Formats: sequence, structure tokens, C-alpha cells
Amino acid sequence: MKTQLALELHKVTKTFGSVVANKDVDLSLRKGEILALLGENGSGKTTLMNMIAGIYYPDEGEIRVNGEVAHIRSPKDAFEYGIGMIHQHFKLVDVFSASENIILGMKDSGRYKLSEVHKKVSEITELYGFHLDPKKKIHEMAVSEKQTVEIIKVLYRGADILILDEPTAVLAPQETERLFSVLRRMRDSGKSIIIITHKMNEVLSISDRVAVLRKGEHIATVNTAETNEGELTEMMIGKKVTLNIKRSDPQNVCDRLCVSNINSTNADGVKVLDNISFTARAGEILGIAGIAGSGQRELLESIAGLHHLDSGEIVYHDPKNGKEENLRDKNPLQIRDLGVRLSFVPEDRLGMGLVGNMDITDNMMLRSYGKGHSAFVDRKKPRDLAKRIIEDLEVVTPGVDTPVRRLSGGNVQKVLVGREISTAPTVLMAAYPVRGLDINSSYTIYNLLNKQKENGVSVIFVGEDLDVLIELCDRIIVMNSGKITGEVDGRLAKREEIGIMMTKDTSVSEDKNTEINKDTEEKDSE
Amino acid sequence: MIILEYLLSAIALGMTFLYGSTGEIITEKTGHLNLGIPGIMCVGAASGCLALHHMIMANITNGFLLVLVGIIAAFIGSALMGLIYSFLAVTLHANQNVTGLALTTFGVGVMKFIIFGLRVGNDVPYLKALNAFRFPFASQDNALKYCGVMVFLAIIIALLTSWVLFGTKVGLNLRAVGENPATADAVGINVTAYKYFATCIGSGIAGLGGLCYVMDYAGSQEAYLSVEALGWLAIALVIFALWRPHISIFGSVVFGALFIAGAFIPTIIPLPFLQKMQTVPLLKMLPYVVTIIVLIVTSIRDKKENQPPAALGLPYFREER
Amino acid sequence: MNKAEKHIKEPFMRVIKRDSISWQKAILVRALAIIGSLLFSGIICYLLIGANPLKLYITLFEGAFGTKRRIWKLAKDLALLLCISLAITPAFKMRFWNIGAEGQTLIGCLASVACIYYLGKGMPNWLLIILMFVAALVASALWAVIPAIFKAKWNTNETLFTLMMNYVAINLVAYYLLKWTPSGSSTLGMLSEGHLPKLMNNEYLLLILVVLALTVAMYIYLKYSKHGYEIAVVGESENTAKYIGINVKKVIIRTMVLSGALCGLAGFLIVGALDHSVTTASAGGLGFTAIMVSWLGKFNPFTMILTSLLVVFLENGADRIVTVFNINDAFPSIVTGIVLFFIIGCEFFINYKVIFRKKEAK
Repeated sequence: MKTQLALELHKVTKTFGSVVANKDVDLSLRKGEILALLGENGSGKTTLMNMIAGIYYPDEGEIRVNGEVAHIRSPKDAFEYGIGMIHQHFKLVDVFSASENIILGMKDSGRYKLSEVHKKVSEITELYGFHLDPKKKIHEMAVSEKQTVEIIKVLYRGADILILDEPTAVLAPQETERLFSVLRRMRDSGKSIIIITHKMNEVLSISDRVAVLRKGEHIATVNTAETNEGELTEMMIGKKVTLNIKRSDPQNVCDRLCVSNINSTNADGVKVLDNISFTARAGEILGIAGIAGSGQRELLESIAGLHHLDSGEIVYHDPKNGKEENLRDKNPLQIRDLGVRLSFVPEDRLGMGLVGNMDITDNMMLRSYGKGHSAFVDRKKPRDLAKRIIEDLEVVTPGVDTPVRRLSGGNVQKVLVGREISTAPTVLMAAYPVRGLDINSSYTIYNLLNKQKENGVSVIFVGEDLDVLIELCDRIIVMNSGKITGEVDGRLAKREEIGIMMTKDTSVSEDKNTEINKDTEEKDSE
Repeated sequence: MIILEYLLSAIALGMTFLYGSTGEIITEKTGHLNLGIPGIMCVGAASGCLALHHMIMANITNGFLLVLVGIIAAFIGSALMGLIYSFLAVTLHANQNVTGLALTTFGVGVMKFIIFGLRVGNDVPYLKALNAFRFPFASQDNALKYCGVMVFLAIIIALLTSWVLFGTKVGLNLRAVGENPATADAVGINVTAYKYFATCIGSGIAGLGGLCYVMDYAGSQEAYLSVEALGWLAIALVIFALWRPHISIFGSVVFGALFIAGAFIPTIIPLPFLQKMQTVPLLKMLPYVVTIIVLIVTSIRDKKENQPPAALGLPYFREER
Repeated sequence: MNKAEKHIKEPFMRVIKRDSISWQKAILVRALAIIGSLLFSGIICYLLIGANPLKLYITLFEGAFGTKRRIWKLAKDLALLLCISLAITPAFKMRFWNIGAEGQTLIGCLASVACIYYLGKGMPNWLLIILMFVAALVASALWAVIPAIFKAKWNTNETLFTLMMNYVAINLVAYYLLKWTPSGSSTLGMLSEGHLPKLMNNEYLLLILVVLALTVAMYIYLKYSKHGYEIAVVGESENTAKYIGINVKKVIIRTMVLSGALCGLAGFLIVGALDHSVTTASAGGLGFTAIMVSWLGKFNPFTMILTSLLVVFLENGADRIVTVFNINDAFPSIVTGIVLFFIIGCEFFINYKVIFRKKEAK
């Protein structure tokens, strides 16, 4: 008999305005398996899963659950089909306790009695090996606890199909291991699981089969045991391209920005920057590698004057007069007033770098509007700049008066990067500048960064694609859980070497390690 | 004795606020700041009086029936106002504040229009139902007579609302909608239905406050002039009560006491400055000042449980990207 | 799974956000909404009082534009409403919900009257007027900046805060009225000092010209000044504002000082040019109506002329209907309410698109 299918997608298509998020996707999930859904950022993984979970409704195509056509119009419908999704951004009510969140929206006839819920939650946690206090309020919880609540929430509803959207992005390595052992137990008890990820090592360690999406289309589904990293990467990014980014040799290298021993703690008391020290030099591109959320954002924001530091120094060496300035705890305006020409392309383009509802001209003004003593803004220069950027970087837009919100991702990024380099910076920081961009736009950005480097700018590039980092950067530092775990030469570095630095356990001395061993032992005995 | 009279009057008046704030709490708990409450309370008063008018004209004098129909009519009339609000603010994603303010303009107009039309010569027929509403204290010749049916009903509704909000699944779902609609949606709660439900029920309850004031407390048609002002105070009471109807019971009496302080305090406390007439507005200012202080203190202390519902005032649109 | 469930269809209709709409279409939608609302009000009116609908509309227009006197009154009402609407616009553009214009205006009235009451006797009129002007602007700005400070520092909910401040202001006025009228009548009566000069012997002209100038100035301020640009950035995205180094707290406080001061100007004009007195109803609910005017005018001062014209036209026209058809004076607010519902509702069709289910493919 054929293996039974828990879920099938047939020619599913979804568009947002003019953007095609998914096109004719076919996908199947067997009962009792873990399917990894692999794809780059922006390949349509989350949109596809959201359609299964009832967040979006497909424009075309059909979804079958247990062989029957299913119309999943809302998350409620999804639950009725036994489908539960754990979103990347947790959907929890902060002021409610774990138990309250877990039973939220459930329609069973039983009386509302939290004590019984607490008991049932504890049973589930014991069954699969979670740790959770059902009475704890969400806003008092750490990230991994919140994730646990999310998973129990769908299990409590008796979901047979679980979808996890990049569940490991927010977890420390040992927490990831623990999660994986829980997922394996679920699979063994007959649940079907889809896990969205773009981390190859995780795909290989957890999944039974892998489905690969690229640019919204389904490329192939293969058995994990019969594939390897190279093949998967090829499917994920298309033909195995050597990127061929032109990399010139650094000229006139000198220290530009010296970061020494900076520390920072976030609102939850977690150390997000742990004794970070490095030097960024003029005339070279410094890459920062690491799993998302390892402290890259906080690092760049502290240099830009947006993030408070507990201790440490950020010293800028002025190329004009050789003076040294400490940038720590200065705000962006104070930094600019010191004559430091620091440009920053943040990760959140429309939420931070640009104002979505403003037109291109007005977005050009963000950096420069305050210049001069006039009470009025000068729109002529920004307009000229906008025109120049549109022409030079081939921005596709109806005109300079178009709100940037209406541009496509690549064009938004060109506008942002174009503005940031137009100020002739001495330091240029870019966080994930090619995320979600097509190949052509990505190359435009690489070339811009290279040109800046040749002009003697100190470029700091935070990236997620190791191949890009290796081909673009002169030096790469690796961040892992708020620490720097290594520095390599871009011309000599190996992917594997960086991968290990990104993922190795940084808290070896702590007793958490014993728990992992326990988990692995249990796994072995199964 | 005067103190007792003061207390009873404060309770009787306070119930007007209590209805309003209980209704507004239910609405705000689903994330909707309904600034139409004053207008809704006006419509509640008007539709209640309209029904009573027709019953009196039809010579129906059964006290129970009068009270029942009056309450139901007030509830339905104001729930319809809630429906207008929901349609605009929920279905059509209109701005909540603007919708609410328009609703208040409309409601005040509707009330004046209807109440004026109910005069028959110099006679106001619906006032004949007054004694029925003062059950069981209609024969009393002191402030106790104000503490009739509507007062008990207000407290029952407030306690019931507290229980539903904080002790049932429906309440849990409802609060989730106001805290984080995307989350509520994701677990299969029909956000739109809850918003409609809460706004209409909440408006219906608030509308009873209008009837309560006109029939029970003031007992005269001139009373309509103050209903709008009382409605704004009901919204203040929501903040004062930290979005909990059971605290609102206590708060409503405090607000009631402060609102009529001018008439009693100078007699009770023989301090010279209290004897001056200009002290009255200062005392009337107190509920608002206290509310502002509560608002400030809770925001400074930043205790999550005492904050307004997290999604208060924000529209929710599922396919928003 | 049973057969019935297999027939669950795709949702009947879905709503998606529009990218953009041509301005012609946007105007058409709004025009249709206004016409629709007038038709609807006409039907309601016919059902209520049984008057000939055509005569009703004629009376409506006559009431607003019928005589020279009425046109001047319309212009005056429009100017006053527009003035307060302009005052709150910078705050709203910053996404600061200043519901407190009513109180801020009232404080402006109070401050002006206080100047007349305490200093009026034996002071040259021009000096008194300057003092009134300064006092009104300063008092209202201070009144408005209180919630702004708490918003900036502790993120205190400004909607509720400013709303409460209105009633504190009303009672403050009531307090001074009792203090100033020894008889306890609370009616101050018209004061004879501190009158603004009449231009060309017209009592409204000065007011209208001041507001006209303010409209242009506000347009320029919002569109071309650095402050206006900062307000727009803070309103659109606080994160971006911080990213480029705008001091968000400073902008919030500065903008509310401006917003309050302009409400104070409205208060000063009410006292100096129109009422020459103060009551608890001096602002007359304009502070609330202004919110709708500003919001419906999309925070554009010139569009706001049209939205306030609409509101004032309805109220004045409906007032005439009240007289002619001898119905009660609550009628204008009902009509205004209905028209506002339609306009508020029609914005939906400008911002969103409704997609109906496609025909079954089979």
C-alpha cells in the first residue's frame, strides 16, 4: 500500500498585488514524517504554509487533507482539519498565562476551569519532554518558553499536522537540540511535521524528506537520506553558480573603527552583546557572519548610536585629521555633528531605513533635511539625487513622486543604499542588503559595496549567505549568541569552518550541556 | 442622616456611570475605543422613553411589564447604535475615534428629537412609569426611592460582566481579541464576530445607563441635557477601574459622590471654603483629575495587567502585509 | 469527512488593500457618498415629518447660502471650525490623538476673558488685545503640553488624557464664572473691553482673514518646513525618526505646544471677535467636530476648507429647515451625523478593494 498522505497541495498559486509569492506549487506530506521545507529568504515558504494554516487563501489550486479537498478559509478551519502552525513571530497574548494562551479560542463543551487545563498541559509537556510552568505569564517568559507554549497550543488542540516556521532562528544550539528531540518523539507518535528552515545542517539532521522552493516555485522533494548538502543547495539557489563577485585587493588599509569590549543586555536580561571587540579598516569589506539574532543587529545599531551599551568603547579614527572620537552612547545626530560620516543600511528597510508612505524625494531628505539654517526644507537637491539614483542604479519606478512602499523589494533597497552612499561615507554598514533581492539587484548591491571599498570606505557587511560572504569580504568575523567566535580571511575561508563557528555551543561550561547529553541518550535508546 | 442620603444619591447616580463604563469596558476589551458612548447613552434613554410613552398611551400600567419593555427597548435602541459603529469601524475599517465622535453627534440629536416629540401639551406621559422603576422603594420619601430596579440591575450586570470577562472562555477569547487580534485570529477566534458582539452588547448595556438616569435618578425630561456629559464620565470611569467592571462598581459610587458633592459636602463638612459656591466646579473636576492621575500612574508603573488593552484603537485587517 | 463539507466554497468575497486609486475616482466615491447621504437624510426627513423632499433640499441650500447675511454667518462658522481643525492637524499628522481641542480652546477663551476682567479697565484697547492674545496662546499651549509631556516620557495614552482634560477645563471655566459673577448666576454677560477691530465695518471679516492666513501658513508649515517634515516622519514611523536622529520626544512636545497655542488663538478670536464673554460652552463642541474635519480632510489644510464647509453647510442649512418646517432643533445634528457616517464609510472604498468569488471553473 502506498504511504498515506496527510496533506497534498496541488498547483497552489498566491499573488500579492503584482508580486507572485507562490506559483503552481505541488507538495505532499506523509503521515508520520518530518518534511523540511527549504528555500532562501523570499522563496515563498511562509506564504505557502500560511495558506495551509488559513491565514491566506490561495488564488488558485487546491489543498487536500487526508485525501479530501479542503477549503481552509481561516485558522479555525485549519484546526478542524488537524493542522496547527507555529509562526515565526509568536502569536501569543502577553498578559495571559501559558494555559490561557493554550486554550484560547477552543470550542469544547467542558467548563472553563484553568486548574484542569494546567493539569492537561503538564501531561502533554511530560509526554514529549518539554519544560513549562502553565501558570507563567507570557511577558515573563524567555523566547524558548514562548515557543514551547506555541507548540503545546497546537498539540492541545489535537493537531496531527504541525507546521513550524523557522523554529530554530530564535533558539540557542542546545535549545535547538532539545526541540529536535521533541519533534522526533512527535513524529514517532504518528504526527506529521513540516519544518521551514534555510539551514542545511538542520535539514539533514531532522527531516525525513526535503521539499525545496525557489522563487515561489516547487523545485523538488527528495528523501533526506538520498541527498546531500551540495545537491540541496543547488536546488535551492538554482544552478550551481560561482558568484564571481569581483573582489579587488584592499588599498591603503588603515584602522577606521575600533570596537573594544562592548557589552549590552536587552530588556529580558539576556546578554545580546558579550564582550565584542574588532576593528573595521578603511578600504576593505568586513563581513559579519552568524545565525540571525546572534547580536548582529544590536552591534550595528550600537555603532549607529541607536542601541545602549553597558560598557566598552567604539573609537572612530577620522581620516581627515587623524583625531579619535568615542561614539559610544552618542545619538545619530551627535555622531554626525562630530564629522563622522557613518552610513547605515538597516535590516528593516521600510520600517527604519525609509518611510514607506513618503515618495522617493522625501526619503532622500531623511539624512539631509536638517542641513542649513533655513526653517524650510530644500527639495531640489534631494529630487536631483533621487533622479540620479533612479538612473544610476536602474530603479524601476513611475517617478520620483512614487511612495517607496509601492516599489518592489530590490528597488526599495537600491533607493536606500543609493541614499546611504550618496553622503560619501567613511564607514558604511549594511545589514542583509540583498535579502529578498533577485540576482541582478544583488549584483548591483555587491558592486556598489565594492566601489565604496575601492574609494577607501570601511564597509561592514552583515550577511547570511556564506558563499556571498566568502566571495565578497576581505575579512569575516563570526558572531554566535552575542559573542565573536572567530575571524577568518575571506580569501582563504571555508564554508564549513565558518558554519562550525556559527553554530558551536558557546556556553560549554554551563550545566545545560548535561541535558543535551540526556536527550541524545534517550534518542539513542529509542 | 444627610450622609446616608448623600451615599444613596451617589449610588443612584453612580449606576448611570456603571452601565456606561461596563458597556465601554466590554467594547474596549475587544480593542475598540468607542467614543460614541455618550451618544449611545442618549439613544438608550430616548428609545426607552419612547417605548414607555407608547405603553402609557396604550394604558398599560403593569409595573413589571413597563420596566421590562423599557429596558429591552433601551437595550435594542442602543445596540443598534453599536451596530452602526461596528459596521463602520470593524467592517469598513474606519477610524475608531472619528466614528465614535460622529456617533455621539448623531445620538445626541436623535435623543433630543425623540424626547421633544414625546410631550403631549404640558404632559410627559412616560414619566408615569417612574414609580415602576423605583420599585421597591417607590413609596419612600427619601433618597432611597432613587435606588430602584435599575440600580440592582446595574450591579448585577457589572458583576456578571466581570465573571464573563475573567472567568469564562468567551471572556478569555474576547480579551484576546483586544490584546492581540492576530493571535486570536490564528487560533480560530472569529475576530469580527467578537468585535460586533462586544460592541453591540456593550452599547446596549451602556444605553441602559441613559434610561437609568432619565427614569430613575432624575425622573424628569430635562435630565436629558446631562446625559451626554455623564457619558464622557463613564469613559473616564473605565480607566479609573483599570478595565474591570467589579472595580467600576466602587468607582461609579465615588464618581457619583464627586459629581453631586456640591449639593451635599458643604452641609456635611462645615469648612468655610466648601461653603462657597465656586467650590462646586472644583469638586466636579475631581473625577477627571483622579482619572488622569490613574492613567499617569499606571503608565509610569507599566504593569502589563493594568494597561489598556494592547490593541486598543488599532484597526485589524488580516491580509495586511 | 462527510459529503456536505466537501462543498464548502471559497469565501464569497474578500477584501484587499488598494495600492492606489486615481484622484478622480477618489473624488467620485466621496461625491457619491455625500449625494447618497443627502438622499438618505431626505428620506428619513420625509418619513419623520412628511415634508416635500425637494422643498427640503431647497431650504437646506437657502439656509446656508440664501442671503448675504447667511453667507457671512456661514463664512464665520467655517472660519472658526477650520481654525480649530488647523490647530489639531499637526498633532494628528504626528499620530498624536489630540481629542482635547475643546478644552484647549476653552482655556484660550478663559485666559482672554481673564485679561479683560482683571486688566480691562483703564488700559488702552490695543495693549489689552495684545495681552489677551499672548495670554490665550500661552495658557492653551501649557494646557496642551501636559499630556504631551507624559506621552513623550511614559507613553501615557494621549487619547484618554486629552479627553479628560476637556472636562477639567470646562469645570475650571465654571469655577471662574462663579467667582466672577457675585450673584452666582454664572452668566458673565458681554464685556465691553477688548473688542477686536471691525474691518470694513464687518464683524466677521477679521476673523475670516486671520483663519485664511493661518490655512496658508499651516499648509506651508506642514509641507515645506523642517518641522513639518519631522512631524511627518515621526507620524509615519517612529523607528525611522530615531534612525535619522530626530528627537521624537522633542517633536511631540513642540508640536503639541503649537497645536495648543493655535487652539488658544481660536479661543482668543472667539472672545475678542465674537462672544466677548465666556461660558462652559464657548467652544461649542467644535473641538470634537474639528477632529472629523481634519481627519476627513486627510490633514491637508486646503482640503479641510472643503470638509469644514460641508459640516457648516449642513448645520446652517438644517437650522433653517428647523425654522421653516417647525421641527425641533436637534435635527441638524442628526443630518450631520448621517452625512458623517456616509463619508467615514466611503473611505473604505478608497482604501480597499472588494473581490468577489470567481465563477466556479467547472
